[in-house]
Parts: sequence; C-alpha cells; structure tokens
Amino acid sequence: MNDSAMTSMQRVLATLGHQEPDRIPMFLLLTMHGARELGMSIKDYFSRAENVVEGQLRLREKYHNDCIYPFFYAPIEVEAMGGEVIYREDGPPNSGRPFIREAAQITSLQFPKVYEAPRLSEVLKAIRMLKERVGDEVPIIGVVMSPFSLPVMQMGFEAYLDIMFEGPELFEYLIKLNEAFCVEWANAQLHAGATAITYFDPVSSPTVTTRDQYLQYGHQIAKRTLSRINGPVATHMASGLALPIVDEIAETGSAVLGVSTMEDLGELKAACCGKLTILGNLNGIEMCRWTPEEAERQVKAAIAKAGPGGGYILADNHGEIPWQVPDEVVMAISEAVRKWGRYPLDWIDVAGS
Amino acid sequence: MVNDYAEVAARLEKALLVVDRIEAESVFSESGVPTFELIENVIAPTLERIGTLWINGTASLSQVYMSGRICEELMNSVLPHDSEARISQPRTAIAVLEDYHSLGKRVVTSVLRANGYRIDDYGSGISVEALAAKVVEDRTEILLISTLMLPSALRISDLRFQLRKLGANTRLIVGGAPFRFDTQLWQEVGADAVGISATEALQVVTRMMEELS
Repeated sequence: MNDSAMTSMQRVLATLGHQEPDRIPMFLLLTMHGARELGMSIKDYFSRAENVVEGQLRLREKYHNDCIYPFFYAPIEVEAMGGEVIYREDGPPNSGRPFIREAAQITSLQFPKVYEAPRLSEVLKAIRMLKERVGDEVPIIGVVMSPFSLPVMQMGFEAYLDIMFEGPELFEYLIKLNEAFCVEWANAQLHAGATAITYFDPVSSPTVTTRDQYLQYGHQIAKRTLSRINGPVATHMASGLALPIVDEIAETGSAVLGVSTMEDLGELKAACCGKLTILGNLNGIEMCRWTPEEAERQVKAAIAKAGPGGGYILADNHGEIPWQVPDEVVMAISEAVRKWGRYPLDWIDVAGS
Repeated sequence: MVNDYAEVAARLEKALLVVDRIEAESVFSESGVPTFELIENVIAPTLERIGTLWINGTASLSQVYMSGRICEELMNSVLPHDSEARISQPRTAIAVLEDYHSLGKRVVTSVLRANGYRIDDYGSGISVEALAAKVVEDRTEILLISTLMLPSALRISDLRFQLRKLGANTRLIVGGAPFRFDTQLWQEVGADAVGISATEALQVVTRMMEELS
C-alpha cells in the first residue's frame, strides 16, 4: 500500500479510532523550520500569517507530514494579555519577564477578547488561509495553553506555586479567567478551520505536580475546559511524564495524549490502549545530533513498541521540533516512517522486536 | 542522639511533602539540634531523599520546590543567607542564562542555602556578556547555570569562551531540562559538571568546594 492510499485525514481518523490505517501517521511538529524554508528570520516569519501558511505548506510537501501545525509560539497568549515576547535567531520566541508582578494584581486582571488581539487574529488568519488551501485532506492542529499551565508564563513558576499552595482564592480567580480565555481561544481556532486543538498542560504532569494535586486541580480544570471546546482535543504534557494519570486524562474527554521520551512507549501503549491515541515520543533534544541512521533506528523502535493496532501517531516528545534539528534528520524520520510504518507491521515479528 | 536524627528527618520529610510549614517549623524548633548538625544530619538527607524521589518520578517538582523553600526560610531564621557563618568559600553564584524561567534556579538556591552554603544570585534573563563580566568582577570560582530552553543551554559554550578570553577559570555547573533530555549536552557546551536535580547540584558543589579549598 503506498502513501496515496489514504489521505492524511483518513489516516489520522483511522488511528484515532484505534484501527490500523495504511501506515503510521506522523506529526512532524515543525514551527520555526518554516522560516528556514522561506529564508527569513524567525521574527519576520511569524510577523505575517501568509509566511506561516507558505511555510507549513512547503513543510508538508517536503516531509509528507500528516498534519498542518499553524502554531506560532508558546507565549502568544500572554503576549495578547500584555506579556513580553523575546525573539531570538536560533530558537522559539520565548516569554519574557512575567506580566503579573504581584499576586495581588490578579483580581484586577482583564484579558482581551480573542478577536481583538492582533497576534491571535494573525493565527486565526493563518488557519483560515490554510483551511482554504488544504480542505479536509489533512488535519490542521490548533494550540492552546491549559488554564492550569498558562500561569507559569503569566506570573512565573515560583509565584504560581506559591498561590497554588498558599493563596487559594487568587489561584481560583486566575484559573477561572484563564478557563474562559482558553475556551474562547480554542473555539476561535476551530471556527477558523482547525480540525483539533492541542491542549498543552505540562503543569498537570506528575513531573511537576503530584497525582493528588492533579486530581484536585489540573483534572478538574481540564474536564471543565475540554467540555466547552467544540472539537477534538489532544492533551500534551510537553515532555512531562503522564503514566500515573493516563486514566484520568482519558476521563477529561481528550482523544490523544502527547507523551514523554522519559517513559516507555510500550508501557504507555498498554495503559492508553483503546482509550487514548499516543502522540510521541522521539527525543527532540537528542534529535539535534542524530545521524540519519540513528533517526531511522529511533523511528523503528518507536513503531515497534506503539504501532501495532493503531492508536499511535509518531511525533517528537515536546510538541515542537527544535530549530537545531537538521533538515536531513527530519527527512530521515519521514522516510523511516514511510518505510517501516506501513501496516501490517509484519517486520516487527520477523525481526523479533 | 544519632538514632534520633533519622526520626527527626522522617518527620521533616513527611511535613515537607505535604507542604505543612507549621509542622516543619515544629520539627526545627523542637529538635534541639545545633544548626550545623541539623543541616548535616537532618536537612541535607531529607532534601536529598526528596530530590531522589523526584528523579524516580515519585515526587513532583512542586514538592521539591516547596520543600527547598520551607527549609531555606527556616534556615534563614537561624542563619541568614548572607551570614559570615555560612560556607562561603570558594565564591559561588547561580544564574538563569538568557531566560526568565527561574524555578530551577530557585530550587537549587534553596537547597544550597538550606544546606548552609552562601550563594550569590545573579538573577534571570542575564546575557552571556553580562554574566561573564559579573563573574570576573566578583572572582566567582563556581558558577551554576540553569536553563530551560535548548538555545540558552547552547549559549553556555559562548560563556565558556568569553570567560577564557577574560582569563577566568570558573568552574561551570549546568542544569535544566535540556541536560535531562540529552545526557551528553553538558560536555558539548564545555561545562565542568551537570546537576540533573538540585540534589545532584549540591553534591557537585560540595565536591568542587573540597577540590578548590
């Protein structure tokens, strides 16, 4: 069966239904590489929706990517709220000094409407343009930061943990504001043409908060938020652990789980089987110095562990492939998925993997 | 008394893991143990255990952070962080390079201070040039650098170059997410050591201080 047997959309939908499509879908979550394709700086690239549209289309064509990923950068939501974004030549735009300097400011915060925020509107424009170009052939993946994780950029991790433990009223107030914003932002992207939303929630990971804290906070927040998002959602731990809370993540209504390279893909597959599709978990940091041969080895190993039976999308483990990853490595990953990811995965038994 | 240390440490660990500041204060005030004995036999092993629990995936970063913070505050009440009585030689400092994600720095600082060390905090979002100048000006001998983003981690090799150019032979200890996900990266950027957790950072600092003393 060749790559044209199914469209990317059909391939992804089959795997989300825990069926085996023609081959493993791959989500090469490339953002900044679009700037490289267009020969422009990262800052210039993200300044216009047209650049992101062109970059994403070129990346899809080049790597046979099974998704379009019009994610600009992580702090775009806090930028809309008045936060600072720091651009650099060799990495993703990063959040600057938190805009909530004192916890007491929280009760007087007012966030803009999504459609009134110029940078968010640029993302929506990119999604609309991409939808016009690709239709239903390939999923367009929108992105939101979870209401539980956004405060790390809004006020800094330490101040946030301080109110989580010792300022429950301020914590609740901020979370409510964030929930409303997150739902509006997610639904605006779906309305613009996004097929699904990735809900980045690293603070819910057992790497950051305990299981009890997750059940008390992150889980409740996700259940409330996801129930108001008008489309499918993928929860992503952005490199954080997930195994101890897999069942609870499934309860939030999430269809997909972005998992860490720090956890065994086979164990994750067993835990998620029939409940959540796994997205991951190639090590994006090590990927920077992989050879094409190493990339192929890593892809084979991931497919052998998580591929059988569907319910698996190959991707990096963080939700964004670093700028430093060379094109030849991305190409090697793509070729390896197309070579080793075809169903049925007979070679796994043959190789004794 | 030695047998009692384990009991006090177990009580402290339990209080810290549930962020019970009042109970932790009681452990300190009721122990009757002299300050440096308390550090060596109670605080250090307790924070080390909690750090190990985090590495094993059975404690969370929020518990590590709150434990370090509570211990640091309790220590400050008996031994202020700029006290001459602290272990202050060779001169040691910490910074977050080109980034404002400062939780890692705060956790490591708390653990070092809770263990009786004096450590200068050079802040967050500092550039390679500014950090190199500060290190030379202060004659800092051990510098801990925390990073969250890969590009910031890669800039450590530029810092190493700048420091050499300025004639500084400062020992660099690096830490943060990029170094957890790539165990060879610390060598690639020219660091002298890596501390994957605050506990590891403490062990490395202790070892380096002995070597330099």
